[in-house]
Amino acid sequence: MNNLIILPILIPLLTGIILIFFQKNIRIQKVISLIAALTGVVIAAIVVQTVHTSGIQTLEIGNWQPPYGIVLVADMYASLLVLATSIIGFTALLFAFYSISEDRERFYFYPGVQFLILGVSGAFFTGDLFNLFVFFEVMLMSSYMLIVLGSSKTQLRESIKYILVNVISSALFVIAVAYLYAVTGTLNMADLSVKIAEMGQSGFLTVIAILFLIIFGLKGAIFPLYFWLPGSYQAPPSVVTALFGALLTKVGVYSITRVYTLIFYHEPGFTHQILAWLAALTIIFGVIGAIAYWDIKKIIIYNIITAVGVILFGIAANTPNAVEGSVYYLVHDMIIKGALFFLVGAIITVTGTSNLRKFSGLIASKPLLGWMFFIATLSLAGIPPLSGFIGKLKIVQGGFEAGEYTIAFVVLLSSLLVLYSVMKIFINGFWGEPSNEAEFKAKSTKGLYVPIAILLALSIAYGFGIEFISPYISQAADTLLDPTIYIQAVLKE
Amino acid sequence: MKKTHVKTNDVIFQTVTKVVAFIIIIYSLHLFFSGHYTPGGGFIGGLMTASAFVLMLLAFDIKTVVNTLQVDYIKLTATGLLIAVLTGVGSFFFDVPFLTHTFDYVQLPLLGKTALATAVLFDLGVYLVVIGVTMTIIQTIGETE
Repeated sequence: MNNLIILPILIPLLTGIILIFFQKNIRIQKVISLIAALTGVVIAAIVVQTVHTSGIQTLEIGNWQPPYGIVLVADMYASLLVLATSIIGFTALLFAFYSISEDRERFYFYPGVQFLILGVSGAFFTGDLFNLFVFFEVMLMSSYMLIVLGSSKTQLRESIKYILVNVISSALFVIAVAYLYAVTGTLNMADLSVKIAEMGQSGFLTVIAILFLIIFGLKGAIFPLYFWLPGSYQAPPSVVTALFGALLTKVGVYSITRVYTLIFYHEPGFTHQILAWLAALTIIFGVIGAIAYWDIKKIIIYNIITAVGVILFGIAANTPNAVEGSVYYLVHDMIIKGALFFLVGAIITVTGTSNLRKFSGLIASKPLLGWMFFIATLSLAGIPPLSGFIGKLKIVQGGFEAGEYTIAFVVLLSSLLVLYSVMKIFINGFWGEPSNEAEFKAKSTKGLYVPIAILLALSIAYGFGIEFISPYISQAADTLLDPTIYIQAVLKE
Repeated sequence: MKKTHVKTNDVIFQTVTKVVAFIIIIYSLHLFFSGHYTPGGGFIGGLMTASAFVLMLLAFDIKTVVNTLQVDYIKLTATGLLIAVLTGVGSFFFDVPFLTHTFDYVQLPLLGKTALATAVLFDLGVYLVVIGVTMTIIQTIGETE
């Protein structure tokens, strides 16, 4: 019995509800959501530490034993992601205070953000497949609301596509859950894993596994299911894109990881091979998009897709090094994507455009912004002292160990192209003849640098403090590699 | 409805509504309280109550209904959510897992031996949320020009 791990879900929920009562008073909304976000970060850190010292934490909701009731499971993997989520939520709030227009704030922007964080944290912690679906919906409903809030023409158009795709994938999710329930008769993930290990992963279960890959692939934007993402993430304001880019696709990635390491791990020759090749194609199409565009927001959006491919390749390779690298990379990517979208938001605030051809020489008027962007690009590409390095190194190492030489080389090559795509922004946007220098200088970036600086500091600390972080990460990877640890913690056998 | 210059007279409709709306609300409350042992519960009860309000909206105009009921449905939704969550939070004080519910048999003055469950409080939250959401949707669409 341990009510601690409900708190990362409960705090945003209660905050979101309370914020509805203060719709008119934006100042109170800001204060309450900031306090809640800070508490959330502290609690998530406590959860991580508790899991580290005393193993996987479970909470049987309503005092019903698993597999009959819903159980919340905080293993290290989920706890780290919840910590990253709450940090992103906190910084996004800071960014929103200075970048979101008042008419959006008045129409329940802050409750929307809280409910989004609630859905994401819940999806990470749940130990029940249908409950995962419910938290997916909580998360998606709030994202529908955030994507359309403001009702500009592009937002309306893109939100229709976004909702359509997600409604279809949700329907598929329910169908897949129904199939799985019909075959196994249980929905608890640990119990599912035990049942499938007993009956053996038959062809039918492999089909269901692929169906889950399609569903979570639609949420997590893998090739060929990423088609909806570039347009949809382009439409809303930068802070919303940052939340989406850092959190939503990662939930899809987390779910694929969870399902493929805990439940369907008996036929890796088939399922994991498909996953590996889809990951490779995802990386390739991601970088093609990233180098093709001259729109700064689009470039970063395509980098999300590349990162999803890299993380999933780590899972598909399924060696200790690759899985560990995948965890490293996932946490790094959440932080750095948040930072990059904030940076893009700040650049758009200064220049008034996201078209790279329309401005240059920004470093003359905003040097701090330029150098922060430079550090972020190096970190994204995986230059050694920074956070993106160790994850990619381990993934490539694991890929070689698994004998996937081609895909491991694709990962290496993708780093180069990712670096090129973001360096293109730096070289063309920040260097060169200063265009409208006086105008850019006059633009206020008050408050926008603080969240960026927090995330970059974290990214640098993550890179330099690998020694300190590695026990946590390897604990997370251990659970992923050995499902029995998870099962024993939940079913207590 | 097509706008004509001739004023339509729905005296029958409005009179019937005045009677029927109460019957619907009482039936919805019956459904709400019978949810534990027989089919019913917060969701269907809430929809029923909302349907009584919708009937009133059909028989009278939006302004009349808003003035009569005087409810902010968004706040009602939030209140319902708050009640539902707080029943879960109560578990923190009794050192049991979140959302653990309990019940007891009590001798009530008029009703005799009655089972009182904390799950009813959770259902009350659901009931309010369903009314709030339904009425928010219908009123918002109705008011949009």
